[in-house]
Amino acid sequence: MGPARIRAIIYEVLMKVDEKLVRRIARLARIKVSDSDVQHLEGELSSILGFVDLLSEVDTDNIEPMTSAVDREMFERKDVVTDGGYPDDIVKNAPERDDHYFMVPKVVE
Amino acid sequence: MSELTDLTIAKARKGLAKGDFSAVELCEAHIKAVDAANEALNTFIMTTFEQAVERAAQSDKKIKSGDAGALEGIPLGIKDLFCTTDVQTTAGSHILDKFTPVYESTITKNLFDDGAVMIGKLNLDEFAMGSSNETSYFGNCISPWKRKTDGANLVPGGSSGGSASSVSARLVMGATATDTGGSIRQPAAFTGTVGIKPTYGRCSRWGVVAFASSLDQAGPITRTVEDAAIMLKSMASYDAKDTTSVDLPVPDYEKTLRDGVKGLRVGIPKEYRVDGMSDEIEQLWQKGIDWLKSEGAEIIDVSLPHTKYALPAYYIVAPAEASSNLARYDGVRYGLRVPGDDILSMYENTRAEGFGAEVKRRIMIGTYVLSAGYYDAYYLKAQKVRTLIKRDFDEAYKKVDVLLTPTTPSPAFAPGEKGGDDPVEMYLNDIFTVTVNMAGLPGISVPAGLSSEGTPLGLQLIGKPFDEAGILRAAQTLEDAAGLLPAPERWWV
Repeated sequence: MGPARIRAIIYEVLMKVDEKLVRRIARLARIKVSDSDVQHLEGELSSILGFVDLLSEVDTDNIEPMTSAVDREMFERKDVVTDGGYPDDIVKNAPERDDHYFMVPKVVE
Repeated sequence: MSELTDLTIAKARKGLAKGDFSAVELCEAHIKAVDAANEALNTFIMTTFEQAVERAAQSDKKIKSGDAGALEGIPLGIKDLFCTTDVQTTAGSHILDKFTPVYESTITKNLFDDGAVMIGKLNLDEFAMGSSNETSYFGNCISPWKRKTDGANLVPGGSSGGSASSVSARLVMGATATDTGGSIRQPAAFTGTVGIKPTYGRCSRWGVVAFASSLDQAGPITRTVEDAAIMLKSMASYDAKDTTSVDLPVPDYEKTLRDGVKGLRVGIPKEYRVDGMSDEIEQLWQKGIDWLKSEGAEIIDVSLPHTKYALPAYYIVAPAEASSNLARYDGVRYGLRVPGDDILSMYENTRAEGFGAEVKRRIMIGTYVLSAGYYDAYYLKAQKVRTLIKRDFDEAYKKVDVLLTPTTPSPAFAPGEKGGDDPVEMYLNDIFTVTVNMAGLPGISVPAGLSSEGTPLGLQLIGKPFDEAGILRAAQTLEDAAGLLPAPERWWV
């Protein structure tokens, strides 16, 4: 993706930070927002997205994305069980539990 | 004898070994200091005094029997981002309500194995997201330093505000901290303490509540460079439980601490001379250059051309990784649950009530930049820019051994003074520190003097990967030249 295209996308986004978009992001993020939240989030998200727009002027053609801060070989761990066997501990902090199960509101009708 | 709480870790260790005082006495002196200060400074989210005295008593036995560890009987504070067995861990958030880990983070385990005594869990910005400790669910943490000009209370910086403030105020001898964009070094600079962020992979992230996994790294905050060397040695280790932990031996940082800087090549990056930087920061930087030069270092101008892109790239990478990491807080396995009509509204209600405003903002930014159609334009682009930032450093390190910069563009400010209308204003605090996280390098902040407002200012040294020994050595030279800052006045007593 070239710089012009990226710039175009970012501007498109900035123009679009409106109530509808804020509500859509909040839904994706699983955060309930009130009407007054939406109002100030519009401004704040625009400000942050406007700030990161500075990146569109950097030429990153033929640049590999950074995947690791320090160059090192990936290694495979031995495929053996090294941990586990304490279900009491696993559910200990659950807000609602029954025996060794986490309890949630009904999911399947 | 001076007060026990004024001792450095190095001196306390000697005093304990000689039997000048016991670990229990040292512990109780600090408990007294915390009791007197916590209402005013709010540096502790939770204290663990009883366990501390018990552990100190065990330390006294070990010291007597000659089995003392490297930190035997030393009272420390633990940033409340480190999971501690059977001790509530909050990350400064309401969403971890009542969460009590059944396991110990590798770093706190290392410290306790070496005999350290935990006094309590320290305040921080919620999930380490902030530069002023104003986003904690448990209230603002305050710096022991006041602005001379108007007597205003000041922020201790963030996110490791409780760590920096407690160490500066002599409530603990040292503290653990974490640094994702400057969260060790900026509060260290604001409170006149030493803070080192090691190379990514040097200290295990296992058991540390995750913020942005490719940037998070833990380190110590202490009152002297020597104490930082002592604590880092204990915290650092290879850990198979953290896949990004690096299997390299941990050097004895104390050994080379006083080898000086003769012949050391010190780079001065011109891009750090930013618009609007105050004269006193500029002068402080020059003083640092002069100090190193007079001790025999060679000063070399270098260029890090992509510096200005580090902060915007950070505000894509960090929120993206945060939105992914914080997806786990859904009210099912641990922490807060707020009921709803169905499972989706339970998630939404829980996360709405559990997260504070700054955390929500960052989760939403992260969710957005990772959403369908935008990944390439934002996250991938930012990771490419990160490669360019790293390359700048690689080029510079062909000519120099360390880099010297100011830690922050300004001295500490008062609560509410920054970021009220525009979050970006607060983000600019990290302009000199965030590049280091983006490139995975080690960096240290050393107190270098006082501002015209009577508040501490710090200088930052940035090193090559895994050259913590090198930046500690140069930091020791700066500390020797600058002299230790006086203790802040105990206005809270």
